[in-house]
Amino acid sequence: MSNQHEKKTRGAGIRTLDQITDAPLDRRSFIKIGTAAAAGAAALGWALSPLLDAEGSITIDEFLQRHYERLNADEMQAILRRIEDDISARYGVQANLSDPKPLPGVEYAYALNIGRCIGCRRCVEACMRENNTSRDPEIQYIRVLEMEKGSLDLEKSDHYYDPETVPQKDTYYMPVQCHQCSKAPCTKVCPVNATWQEPDGIIVVDYNWCIGCRYCMAACPYWARRFNYTTPLIPVGEITTDMTYLGNRIRPRGVVEKCTFCLGRVRRGLNPACVEACPTGSRVFGNVLDPGSPINYILREKRVYILKEDAGTIPRFYYFFDK
Amino acid sequence: MMIDVLRDYLLFILRAVRLSFHGSRIYYTWMGLLTLLCVVALHSYARQIATGLALTGMTDQVSWGVYIANFTFVVGLAAAAVMLVIPAYIYKNEDLHNVVILGELLAIAAIIMCLLFVTVDLGRPDRFWHLMPGFGEFNFPYSLLAWDVVVLWGYLLLNMHICGYLLYAKYCGLEPKPMMYLPFVFIAIFWAICIHTVTAFLYVGLVGRPFWNTAIVAPRFIGSAFTAGPALMIIVFQVIRRYSRFHIRDEALQMLRQIVTVALLFNLFLFGCELFKEFYSDSVHTSAARYLLFGLHGHAMLVPWIWSAIAAEVAAALILILGARRIALLNIACVLAFVGIWIEKGLGLIVPGFLPTPLGEIVEYFPTLDETLICIGVWAFGLLLYSWMIHLSVPILSGDFRRAQEKPACPMPE
Repeated sequence: MSNQHEKKTRGAGIRTLDQITDAPLDRRSFIKIGTAAAAGAAALGWALSPLLDAEGSITIDEFLQRHYERLNADEMQAILRRIEDDISARYGVQANLSDPKPLPGVEYAYALNIGRCIGCRRCVEACMRENNTSRDPEIQYIRVLEMEKGSLDLEKSDHYYDPETVPQKDTYYMPVQCHQCSKAPCTKVCPVNATWQEPDGIIVVDYNWCIGCRYCMAACPYWARRFNYTTPLIPVGEITTDMTYLGNRIRPRGVVEKCTFCLGRVRRGLNPACVEACPTGSRVFGNVLDPGSPINYILREKRVYILKEDAGTIPRFYYFFDK
Repeated sequence: MMIDVLRDYLLFILRAVRLSFHGSRIYYTWMGLLTLLCVVALHSYARQIATGLALTGMTDQVSWGVYIANFTFVVGLAAAAVMLVIPAYIYKNEDLHNVVILGELLAIAAIIMCLLFVTVDLGRPDRFWHLMPGFGEFNFPYSLLAWDVVVLWGYLLLNMHICGYLLYAKYCGLEPKPMMYLPFVFIAIFWAICIHTVTAFLYVGLVGRPFWNTAIVAPRFIGSAFTAGPALMIIVFQVIRRYSRFHIRDEALQMLRQIVTVALLFNLFLFGCELFKEFYSDSVHTSAARYLLFGLHGHAMLVPWIWSAIAAEVAAALILILGARRIALLNIACVLAFVGIWIEKGLGLIVPGFLPTPLGEIVEYFPTLDETLICIGVWAFGLLLYSWMIHLSVPILSGDFRRAQEKPACPMPE
């Protein structure tokens, strides 16, 4: 096609490709190239203009930060302070950020009494507050399903029930949250090891390492993972300032987050926020390795069942029926 | 000596750059249009960077959308180059041997599109280096996504080497040494099967998603890829022979036609197997297929799409079987098959994997305008890249664009 063009535009005989590619650039070509370059630069400038409005650029330290397990104590301290400053600049609160480690000889488990749960969703509310999840768009770790009596079919459940009072007749309620599976499909699929299981059984995400591919969300059989599609928005008065690096600190945009059994609380010996908030005592949490713990008793003595046991992920989260 | 080689190569690059900007009005219009689409998409992508993926239609329920759908489809296109390579190199088919490099160039463009589709889907593209073996943390061999990074980059490098070596040898007027490229050609055949299969396993390995967690996905990927890829090549080859002086014989098209026919029938057969398994047993795990094909609990967004895809594929199969050797009919069949598979293997595979969610919820997914523009932009970029590679390769293959000889170059033949 090039030679046809040649003939049409320049009558001065046939030029070979060699002449085209090797001829010195004349003035006309320079003007053409200059015009094209200017137009290209203008187009590029327009295309990239939205980046000017982007808030919170990434610092070099943040960009080069290494994986959680490769950081020494000093580096971790510097990172914690940097994130505190960042939160203070963005949200106007002074956070107290720490990185509590798993306790030796502790493995957590959780049991939920479906016979007692009344579906009030106070656990959901307490969870959001404790974990500093975004209020707009709203991110919640716990999904309470209103189930039809006599059926375990999740497709028949109502996720958005909103009656005047609960519990409603002929229904029961099944809250679902991260099951902290022993054989977790979510950690296995992560291409960059940004999510892993801690020795106490809690599955965590390094929000500074996650690349936001969302493969873990596709892998989770319990729909327990959430993605920060945009920068989390939380009213200043509602921010919980005691924060942990792998837990409830305010997440950056573009990363996955999930329930961590409130690791900042439980590694201090407290109960998770949802357990504390439950008005019916349906939620039981503890160290399953401690023979005297209530959770150990329930798993031994009660009729316990596992949601989607056929998925074979061996959850640390159990349901039981009791009055 | 080394300096001479390097100088020759740099000179080649310089001349290639100048040749890139030299072309007919059609060439300029086409490349200008594609560039325009890329710029528009870049604008949308900059908006996405500034806002986050909230700019897309994706949700926590449907956490992959058109980006990953197109990625999956284009992986198939890339792998389909082997459908030229196998007949050309193993069965020594002369007609296909002449055009095989066009297929390999298509694979390069397609893999780059795949990498772009994955990149635009990332929530944190600034952390791409976490995925680089040696620099970041690479969860190999556990994560299939880590496998995918390996096979995609590997396939890209293999094809870049094969095409680059053959074209540069031709440019220099040298006979290519078989040892320098044939081993890579055979590795690339194996590798092409890998890129499909690994991409299929990405989905197959997820126990919580019954729609994907089935062995048939990988063979179906083969069937659909070997339909859509050669179907595209049939069309592209006609465009190339129309607008350039590269000669492609009808026999090459007819050979590809046979491949499309067999692959399409294979794909439809596997689809039938899937339908039987889903609907005869009729268990709760059928919900996703039911949502896709008939709608579920009043949600039926994909139903018209998937039935159009099925209709297109069946019509293409009928045209191909009934033996129309006319190129016009063949082209219709190819377009139908291509579009059918794009729907079926794109949104028709990704969205039902998420719906109903593991907790039984159905949230419909609609791509937003920006998301759509970004997809169009990636396609435009792929076409731009491919057109550019063809623009340079055709004069190399025809001998018009070659290393400057000591004696003055001959004028171009009429």
